Amino acid sequence: MIMVTLKLALKNILGAGLRTWLNVIILSIAFVAIIFTQGFIEGMGNAIVNDMQEMLYGGGQYWHEKYDPQNPLTIDGSHGELAPKMKNMINNDKMVPILIRSGSIYVNGNSQVIQIKGIKPEQNVIELPSEHLNTESEYIPAILGSRMADKVNLKENDQATIRWRDKDGTFDAADIEVVHIMHTSVQAIDNGQIWISISKLRSMMELGDEATLTILPQGIEAPNIVASQWLYKSPDVLLQDIQNMLKTKTAGSMFMYIVLLAMGLLAIFDTQVLAIFRRKKEIGTLIALGMTRRQTILLFTIEGALHGVLGLIVGAVYGIPAFAWIANKGIKLPDMMDQFGFALSARLYPSFGLKLLLMTTLLVLGSVTIVSFLPTRRIARLEPTEALQGRGK
Amino acid sequence: MAIIETVGIAKRYPMGKRKFTALRDIDLKIEKGEFTGIVGPSGSGKTTLLNIIGALDHPSEGSATVLGKKVESLSHKDAARLRNQRLGFIFQTYNLLPVYTVYENVELPLLLLKMNKEKRRELVETALKRVGILDKIDSKPAQLSGGERQRVSVARAMVKEPDLVLADEPTANLDVANSHNILNMMLELNRELETTFLFATHDEKVMRYLRRQITLTDGRITEDIEKEPEPVSPEEV
Ligand SMILES: Nc1ncnc2c1ncn2[C@@H]1O[C@H](COP(=O)(O)OP(=O)(O)OP(=O)(O)O)[C@@H](O)[C@H]1O
Ligand SMILES: [Mg+2]
Repeated sequence: MIMVTLKLALKNILGAGLRTWLNVIILSIAFVAIIFTQGFIEGMGNAIVNDMQEMLYGGGQYWHEKYDPQNPLTIDGSHGELAPKMKNMINNDKMVPILIRSGSIYVNGNSQVIQIKGIKPEQNVIELPSEHLNTESEYIPAILGSRMADKVNLKENDQATIRWRDKDGTFDAADIEVVHIMHTSVQAIDNGQIWISISKLRSMMELGDEATLTILPQGIEAPNIVASQWLYKSPDVLLQDIQNMLKTKTAGSMFMYIVLLAMGLLAIFDTQVLAIFRRKKEIGTLIALGMTRRQTILLFTIEGALHGVLGLIVGAVYGIPAFAWIANKGIKLPDMMDQFGFALSARLYPSFGLKLLLMTTLLVLGSVTIVSFLPTRRIARLEPTEALQGRGK
Repeated sequence: MAIIETVGIAKRYPMGKRKFTALRDIDLKIEKGEFTGIVGPSGSGKTTLLNIIGALDHPSEGSATVLGKKVESLSHKDAARLRNQRLGFIFQTYNLLPVYTVYENVELPLLLLKMNKEKRRELVETALKRVGILDKIDSKPAQLSGGERQRVSVARAMVKEPDLVLADEPTANLDVANSHNILNMMLELNRELETTFLFATHDEKVMRYLRRQITLTDGRITEDIEKEPEPVSPEEV
């Protein structure tokens, strides 16, 4: 019976012509737009998480117990001696230490508070281009992020004076030379900071083998460091804030496609109500020919639901090549995206996962079937004799 | 056993506070192979009676046995099955489905009977040949004349070779020539297949073909006569 009903339903909606295709096109757009938006956001999330890990979080970090990234005022008191096991790992390039101290930078007579971050130039643990710190220079070689460089108006090979207090509180100053400007999506290694060699920073501060935090390479298991002042932070813990932010963004973007889908559903609902109103005589005829009311309801529900199926097919026809192309080529993002709240790599690769495709398909088909069914319930109240005359409620 | 037997059928419709009686005391027996018409003025209850016999409506009182089934106590599903398997309907307004072709319209009852494709094609073509419209097999109803549409609807009613065909004013929208054509065709089918025909009509042309004529007046049977049919041959038209 289902096959017969399906066949009749398909004939009916194809016979309805333009109206059917209008509904189908609206639904296909909603379908494609939902997948695109979700894929875009997912791709954005992946890119952010990926960049954060590559550039900063690695396979997790060990924090000095006093280190609190939210509170820059305590930064100068948040470092300590590395444990022997850590030193060992650092020598084997299985860990990189970062020392953070506060200071200020003078450019054109203006001063600005900064964090001076020391890193081992030869490290391979994170992708921060620390090797530039080995550049020959009369001054202290320094790396700046592009945002910071813009802010203090420095270009490569420019010099500037930095000032700091050493561990005993004595002021000192020296000149740096910008040996490299890095373009990165990760603001946490860019805004308000400069990067120099960790050994240089230690000698400037008159510190020994100290660090504020250390970073593990991705994919290695965190060793057990038996030193109470070093606290392990897993990548998941480090990424928690960013993940929460992404969730909020996703929820915000849902609104747009719920509106889109609602438009499609409204069109279907309207079509169904109209169809049942206008096709009463047809319903009566079908009942006279031997259909039960239940079959008639099934027929009309399937007709409505088929709009959803056709919408998926039409959407797939133009959506799949478009998605494949975009996922492959990526999307060039305008710089504006930086103000949008996320700093992103220049090209974004949306991610269209199977889960996303399946969930969206189910969402579209499910909701279309429900709105198709709702108006058909009035068929159950129709008297066949009245329906045959095109009358009845 | 009679194909149709009604005992004391009455049909009342609520009309404001009182009830309007459309049918009363209908006792009727129709045997297999009859070519019978219910006639009477407009509003006399012809359609109402036909609908009750066709299991599309319930009597307020009394009982109707159609092809061995008590229609007033059939479930929805059983009523649908009775209509699907054993009854054919012909309507004044043809009631063809506009998006289907002639073939598909006639095929529909067979689809509901879950018949296989070859059998369906064979039966549809036979039915269309009988009503002489095989050449329009792929047309849509909108492309046909009124007479052609009614022939398609006769083919749709006859395709499953039902025991009983109920035809409500089948000629009301047809001109004289087409009316006689359709009636001759139905008489032919009645003779050839022994299909029982029951008409509801006030068309004099139809009455000429009837072998039995039951007159309804104000919902009551006032006359029930047998007569010789006087068909009009195609040449006369
Ligand atoms: N659903 C209904 N509600 C109220 N009254 C109805 C209903 N259906 C039919 N009637 C009334 O019952 C009476 C008989 O109607 P019916 O349609 O059976 O007449 P008919 O003999 O077929 O007339 P016609 O020749 O005009 O088709 C009419 O007076 C009609 O108004
Ligand atoms: Mg009538």
